[in-house]
Amino acid sequence: MPLVNGGKIADDSFAKLAVDTPLPEGGDILVPAERFIGEADVLLKRAGKVGVIWPNNRDISELVPYLGKLAVVALVFPTFRDGRAYSQARLLRERYNYRGELRATGQVLRDQFVFMLRAGFDSFEVKKQADAEAFMQTAKRYSVFYQPTGDGRITALHRRMQLRHSEGVGT
Amino acid sequence: MYAYDEIDRTLVNERVSEFRDQVKRRLSGELTEDEFKILRLQNGVYLQLHAYMFRVAIPYGTLASNQLRALAHVARKYDRGYGHFTTRQNIQFNWIKLAELPDALEDLAKVGIHAMQTSGNNMRNVTSDQWAGVAPGEIEDPRIWSELIRQHTTLHPEFSFLPRKFKIAITASDHDRAAIKIHDIGLRLIKNEKDETGFEVLVGGGLGRTPFIGKTIKHFVHGRDILSYIEAILRVYNQYGRRDNIYKARIKILVHELGIEKFSREVEEEWQHIRNSSLQIDDEVIEDIRSRFSYPAYEKLPHMPDELRQAAADPDFEAWRKNSVAPHKVQGYSIVTVSLKPIGAPPGDATAEQMDALADLADKYSFGEIRVGHEQNLALPHVAKRDLPALWKALDKLGLATPNVNLITDIIACPGLDYCSLANARSIPIAQELTRRFANHELANLIGRLHINISGCINACGHHHVGHIGILGVEKNGEEIYQITIGGRADENAALGNLIGPGVKFDEVADVVEDIVEAYLALRERPDELFMDTVRRLGVEPFKERVYATR
Repeated sequence: MPLVNGGKIADDSFAKLAVDTPLPEGGDILVPAERFIGEADVLLKRAGKVGVIWPNNRDISELVPYLGKLAVVALVFPTFRDGRAYSQARLLRERYNYRGELRATGQVLRDQFVFMLRAGFDSFEVKKQADAEAFMQTAKRYSVFYQPTGDGRITALHRRMQLRHSEGVGT
Repeated sequence: MYAYDEIDRTLVNERVSEFRDQVKRRLSGELTEDEFKILRLQNGVYLQLHAYMFRVAIPYGTLASNQLRALAHVARKYDRGYGHFTTRQNIQFNWIKLAELPDALEDLAKVGIHAMQTSGNNMRNVTSDQWAGVAPGEIEDPRIWSELIRQHTTLHPEFSFLPRKFKIAITASDHDRAAIKIHDIGLRLIKNEKDETGFEVLVGGGLGRTPFIGKTIKHFVHGRDILSYIEAILRVYNQYGRRDNIYKARIKILVHELGIEKFSREVEEEWQHIRNSSLQIDDEVIEDIRSRFSYPAYEKLPHMPDELRQAAADPDFEAWRKNSVAPHKVQGYSIVTVSLKPIGAPPGDATAEQMDALADLADKYSFGEIRVGHEQNLALPHVAKRDLPALWKALDKLGLATPNVNLITDIIACPGLDYCSLANARSIPIAQELTRRFANHELANLIGRLHINISGCINACGHHHVGHIGILGVEKNGEEIYQITIGGRADENAALGNLIGPGVKFDEVADVVEDIVEAYLALRERPDELFMDTVRRLGVEPFKERVYATR
């Protein structure tokens, strides 16, 4: 499954650990939520970056004490119809100021990219190769956004206000 | 009228090209039907019994004449020459070809019409009072706020994959024509003691398998906070709404299971986090949207022009006027409801020719504006009273002057088994038969205000729970059976109807309705006691006795 990171198809340095996989000596690891919460101290002390895979039905605020130390938070779309992780993503970015990698996993398809980018995701485990290859093109589909989110894209309402004020200066 | 600016136009065009790409990928097999289904639904495309059905949004029910002509064009070029107006200010085309859909959308985009979020588990077309901006006594034009919310809910990055569909309706009049109490969120525009605009917010209304009347979650939310408050409701719903069972996934079930107090505490807590954010709307933003609504330059006209006085001698004109013409906030003008319920025809249908001709009449008599109401009728919102006789003649020629607005033949019905893949029973033929039974205008007029609503399945698209007489078609042992309720209503006193007894067969429905009506005529205390009031006074029992005595 190709990973898109920073807008490009990239290598994934993270190894995914199951609940009972022995902990490797070094290297970057992605750990299920349950294991991370249980062993956080041990995990964060070892060499290598640590990320967590967080299910979409668990309160994301549990992660708050660890956010500064996490390299990746991977949120889950069990099917692309299940949109709970969009709320979790926005909370992480906008309320808890998480600045690390925010990864979309599960059934991640081309037609969700714009929504995901707007919600704060910046890396994507994409289901299909063709979708991953079309990432950059798809991300540019829209130039107009009506809602303010933490992604910093200017909203239509504010663009209008800017236009109004710049017109006002001329007259 | 709201005029799109370059920003709105760009977004709609970007959506059309995205959808064109999605259709292309489906036709090439790159997308599976399962993947494509959600994408097409997000753009109003259903797969029905015979063909794809295409649902187009008419936000808050306002149409310009050139937009109505564009809908006529789509009906003619891509469909079979007609369209069907729905109960949520949409129009549906029933015979569209998938490969041609992007072109149809592109043609509509040219006049600022889209089909975004007319289906799917997202925030649907925002609806409002079809008399918004012209009704006497209205607090202020709710379409300004409707448009603000339309924009905010369009392609929302967090709430486009909700547990289930989500519908918002707004009214600013005492008399609720937008049926806000049967919406996921209902907004009643009000003023606070400082004369500032805000909303009473209702939540958790809805029909379908488990009907609920919406409950007030907050008595006053200031206008500047309305987007953050809606966002807070949606965030709670997105995270906690049930996704394990489609029939329990609407917000009404969450509100019911948590109770309104607990639900409102959750919302309040979320809201406190986000109310002082960039979601707060300053007056300037509202003014900017307001500035792109244009209002007619009304003339100073007499209350009772000669033309109207003279036409009053014609009983046919008078019958229509009394029935279809309502007071306007400006002296000398009227609001004219255009009945899409001719005797013997499917409710809510209009041909391309009718749409084109009505667009011309709107240009001539209504400042180029047309409205669409949830009762599946249209309206011309600014007709000078002196023009009423001429307009009536023109509408009559088009088959659009049936004097039955709000009468028993002004039936609301879903498409039912004639079109819909979800339906269990036919709706349209029941409506057609009922209009024939009560075709006599004197009889219909004698009965007075009486709304019949028909749904062909439990999903309740015909809003049968809130019909004064509600008819629900179900399937039992391979047979269509109809359950009849009375006493429902969708207005500010919204209530769910009560079942009168066992279901009846297709052929018996019209007889049963006749029995109910006869019972009402015999039971009412005086000629102006409406059906609703008689039912409220006496309950279901006397009607039940009458209907089942001989069955």
